[in-house]
Amino acid sequence: MVTTSTTYGSTGPAAPSRSFLSKFRDGDEIARLVTFLFAMTVVLITVLLVYQLWVNSALPRHKFGLHFFTTEVWDPIADEYGALPFIYGTLVTSAVALLLAVPLGIGAAIFLAELAPTRISDALQFFIDLLAAVPSVIYGLLGFFIVRPLMRTVIYPALNKPLGFIPIFKGPSYGVGFFTAGIVLAIMVIPYIISVSREVLLSVPRDQREAALALGATRWESTWKVVVPFAKTGIMGSIFLALARALGETMAVTMVIGNTPRIAASLFAPGYSIAAVIANEFTEATGDLYLQSLIALGLVLFILTFVINGLARLLIVVTTQKGSGVTR
Amino acid sequence: MSSTRVRWRKFVSNFMMTMTGLCALISVSVLFFILGYLVYNGGTSINWAFFTQLPKPVGESGGGMANAIVGSGKLLFAASLFGVPIGFLGGVYLAEFSGSFVASVVRYAADLLNGVPSIVIGIFAYAMVVLPFKHFSAFAGAFALGLMMIPITLRSTEEFLKNVPNSLREGAMALGASKSKTIRTVIIPAAYRGILTAILLALARVAGETAPLLFTAFGNRFWSNSWSQPTASLPVMIYTYAVSPYEDWHRQAWAAGLVLLGLILIINIVARTILARGIAVPRS
Repeated sequence: MVTTSTTYGSTGPAAPSRSFLSKFRDGDEIARLVTFLFAMTVVLITVLLVYQLWVNSALPRHKFGLHFFTTEVWDPIADEYGALPFIYGTLVTSAVALLLAVPLGIGAAIFLAELAPTRISDALQFFIDLLAAVPSVIYGLLGFFIVRPLMRTVIYPALNKPLGFIPIFKGPSYGVGFFTAGIVLAIMVIPYIISVSREVLLSVPRDQREAALALGATRWESTWKVVVPFAKTGIMGSIFLALARALGETMAVTMVIGNTPRIAASLFAPGYSIAAVIANEFTEATGDLYLQSLIALGLVLFILTFVINGLARLLIVVTTQKGSGVTR
Repeated sequence: MSSTRVRWRKFVSNFMMTMTGLCALISVSVLFFILGYLVYNGGTSINWAFFTQLPKPVGESGGGMANAIVGSGKLLFAASLFGVPIGFLGGVYLAEFSGSFVASVVRYAADLLNGVPSIVIGIFAYAMVVLPFKHFSAFAGAFALGLMMIPITLRSTEEFLKNVPNSLREGAMALGASKSKTIRTVIIPAAYRGILTAILLALARVAGETAPLLFTAFGNRFWSNSWSQPTASLPVMIYTYAVSPYEDWHRQAWAAGLVLLGLILIINIVARTILARGIAVPRS
């Protein structure tokens, strides 16, 4: 990595020290000040964001306290609000999404990093990157018109008949629900998992693979017992990144989850998620307590994704540093 | 060493490697199927009226989304005016001026902002712009989208400026240029391709954002005449039309989806080609 400009301030003992005034005339100090102000704007915006979320959710915090998180009731008419069904819905849909996306995504990443010829791997990666750029409302559109009917006619009968005795597969299906939302989310986050995992796998030093193969390991054994453990933390990072995406995803979930504030054991039942309830009810929230309860949900979502994102970044940094540390 | 054991291990290896190939195949083909479906449905639904007409009243078929296309353009334009300067100049500060403490604070703030779910950005824009002015406006929508452009622009500006070799900086300074002149005439021109790519990618990302617009720019079935009025935008139109009960609106939602996706993919491909043509200066 190239060191920044800070290094060439001291170019030797002969360098004349320039006065503040001459630096000012050259525009150096002005440039420093202007760019500093813009950089600080970013910090200010972030602080303001947290502040606004906190201040504008004061009412439910004072009225409900911690009960906000344990109450199942969401009743705008009685002016009573609890976050539990939404937190439940957010967590369940994200869990379903990860259960489907992680094996597929990591399998694909292993294929792209270990097996596929570089040219094919790069070409596929290009398409996968483009897919990561597809906006969520389009995934929502496809979920609404493809996955929802498919759910009712194919997936639900296939799972409900043999496995209907298990509570999570019980009950009727309306096409919308936790499982449908989970499938759409899985499709959305697969590109992220593939991209990051592939990158991390490629950063594993070559000699690790060669050593394993030289000791007589098969291709799979070298991959699964040497390369993957080496990249484990980074792969975990990609999963957390995908989880943060899934938790905060709004449009695609709103369109297929069913929008019913209820906790149901069955994955086929309609539910609700934090982001979806904000999207649906924010503009029609009458009364301060109603609106502020929605903002409080936004704060919960913010904290959730903040923690998960932090973990993800940490894990990815740790792994890629480990990789480059060994090669040098 | 029994040969059955070796054969078994080879079998497992081949089997598992085939499975990973299958995973790749499934992932990629699901994604391709989806896009193909969108292109097919959108392609059969799109027509000239879609680009030139206003939405028809509920119940009448026909009409288009001309106002949403213009609205999206306006929102993106204003969002760039707001987000790009902050991100770009902040990035210049990080790469060229800052000490390590300030830099790490700014970087942390930017990463935090980057991870905030878009719906929460919408709440923030609502609290900052819509509440004080007491009505939804194109301005509020642009504010929300601009916010989302800042972190990407900032981090990549920093990254690309830092990749400019120090010898260029030293050369310019040795010729007597001041630091600000060096940055303006040598370093930024050397990194502009990368920065441009990043700005385009940021633009492509916010072009499809729906959630932050729901309660900032809101929506509008007519032309929006000023920045302080609600305005229609393509992503929000896709959402409202898709969940509506009308067959004709579904058709238009597909058409809008195709237009939006086409726009985003074109920006992405253009951006990546700019980058692939090479950064003007090789890395040191």
